[in-house]
Amino acid sequence: MAGVIARRLVGSIPILLIVSLITFAMIHMIPGDPAAAIAGLSATGEQIANIRRDLGLDQPLLTQLGHWYLNLMQGDLGRSLLLGQPVLSATMQRLPVTLALSGYALVLTLLFGLLSGIVAALRQNTWIDQAAMVFAMLGISVPNFYLGLLMIILFAVHLGWLPTGGYIPFTADPIGWLATSTMPAISLALLLTGLLARITRSTMLEVLRQDYIRTARAKGLPERRVVLRHALANALIPITTVIGIIVSLLISGSVVTETLFSIPGIGQLLTQAVLNRDYPMVQGGLLITTALLVLINIAVDVCYALLDPRVRY
Amino acid sequence: MSRPRRSLGVLRRLLHHRLFLLGAALFGIILAAALLAPLIAQVDPNKLSMRNKFQPPSMNYVFGTDNFGRSLWSRVIWGAQLSMFIGGAVVAINAVAGTAIGAIAGYFRPLDNMLMRINDALMAFPAVLLAIAVTAVLGPSVNDVIIALAIVYTPRTARIVRSSVIVLREMEYVQAARAAGAGDWRILRRHILPNAMAPLLVQLSFLFAYAVLTEATLSFLGVGAVPPTPTWGNIMAEGRQYMTDAPWIITIPGAALMITVLGLNLLGDGLRDVLDPRLRIQQ
Repeated sequence: MAGVIARRLVGSIPILLIVSLITFAMIHMIPGDPAAAIAGLSATGEQIANIRRDLGLDQPLLTQLGHWYLNLMQGDLGRSLLLGQPVLSATMQRLPVTLALSGYALVLTLLFGLLSGIVAALRQNTWIDQAAMVFAMLGISVPNFYLGLLMIILFAVHLGWLPTGGYIPFTADPIGWLATSTMPAISLALLLTGLLARITRSTMLEVLRQDYIRTARAKGLPERRVVLRHALANALIPITTVIGIIVSLLISGSVVTETLFSIPGIGQLLTQAVLNRDYPMVQGGLLITTALLVLINIAVDVCYALLDPRVRY
Repeated sequence: MSRPRRSLGVLRRLLHHRLFLLGAALFGIILAAALLAPLIAQVDPNKLSMRNKFQPPSMNYVFGTDNFGRSLWSRVIWGAQLSMFIGGAVVAINAVAGTAIGAIAGYFRPLDNMLMRINDALMAFPAVLLAIAVTAVLGPSVNDVIIALAIVYTPRTARIVRSSVIVLREMEYVQAARAAGAGDWRILRRHILPNAMAPLLVQLSFLFAYAVLTEATLSFLGVGAVPPTPTWGNIMAEGRQYMTDAPWIITIPGAALMITVLGLNLLGDGLRDVLDPRLRIQQ
């Protein structure tokens, strides 16, 4: 297993190198003078010169690249122009919020996505199957911020059951966390639940047609045992591979969900950074999030290899 | 089977696919509204009329008015035109660039490793984050949004084309064409790409939906097309402040967006079932 992990880690190095190179190049793709664009329209020549010097934009490109990688290896991703604090610490402060919200949404996704997919497969071509698939199709078609807005109008504005936004950390008040996180988590999870339900149903139907399921039934095993021990256990293996995609979609979705519900996570941080032309924050936040996703995908691949001994990397 | 007969068979199967027809109808309504915008939404979508602000939907104002008294009907219909334009442009760029990159990587193996590593790196970024970062760099305009979405989604198309090309280049009929002296470009153009079109078409229909959705997300976040240009995303973003008193400013463009995405998803499912049955969601 250590070999699998090592091979996947080594394999991710070129991807991370290119990701970091693209992130570095971003600031140089700003049309015109990047320092002037960052400083804004009302900036004086001196302010622009200061930004150019602070960001090292007055150095030759190769020197800038060398500094970028040198700093990267020391965990230095520069300072946020908006917050005045190091990009790494600003991101790490908000990471637990995004992870907690994504974790909550992931639990909802797995619970409802797997359940509705399994039930739909077992009740193929009945109204239950059709209802589950209509729900799944609607789930993948409703934009998460639209669902969020509809929930705010209904549950916060009209019924007053939940707050319209804000965030209470789980460690400070678990009930408050649940109240502030439930609508954002549902709006994040709906699309993914639909996606997972469709994949689960499809995979389960595939597995239920296999000879070993027929054998299990023929030897008189109870249906519950056939479904849980024989079908589901094998169907879950390919489903594991989509967890990486689901986590990536969760992080993408959190950008708009956090902004909509005023949740101080990475998504909101990056949106604010973009709107305020805080390019070091955009670069660093993007790099950290992407590196995190690459690592999560490696973890998913390792789980896949653990679950299915036929898989070799 | 000859190509025209095969196309007729595909068309016949599509016309018997109920969900495909429903998707085509939903998407067709939005597309028709976008194309007919100059005829059916003649009121300037940016015309202010403060006396008529916050009018609920009625016979006079079909979709109501917003906080500046602008006709929401006009804004939603012209917003549809922009969404269709952006979606169409992203799909066109993807069809060309994604096919070219995927075909080159899949056919010319020495280039595969380099191209696919860049591709993988671009796909490693979370899609919406990469799109907002690119628009942050390029600036918020319709053209820059199209470029951002093309950068985000082209690698996904390239990977799908590459997978098909890798399989097809080993087929016997391709080997036969090579043995008969056909050049690489001719083999790619005449023998491989036409057979790699099915998964590409399916991908492009889903991609249209993603592009429309991501554009709306960017506009909602304030990094898309600049107001007062009406987009579904920025109409909803402006309506957020008034959701208690004028919820229609949010619900109507949101419903239009949902219908578009739903229609395209159903279209994509139908195309996949008919053109690429290996990938079909089990019926």
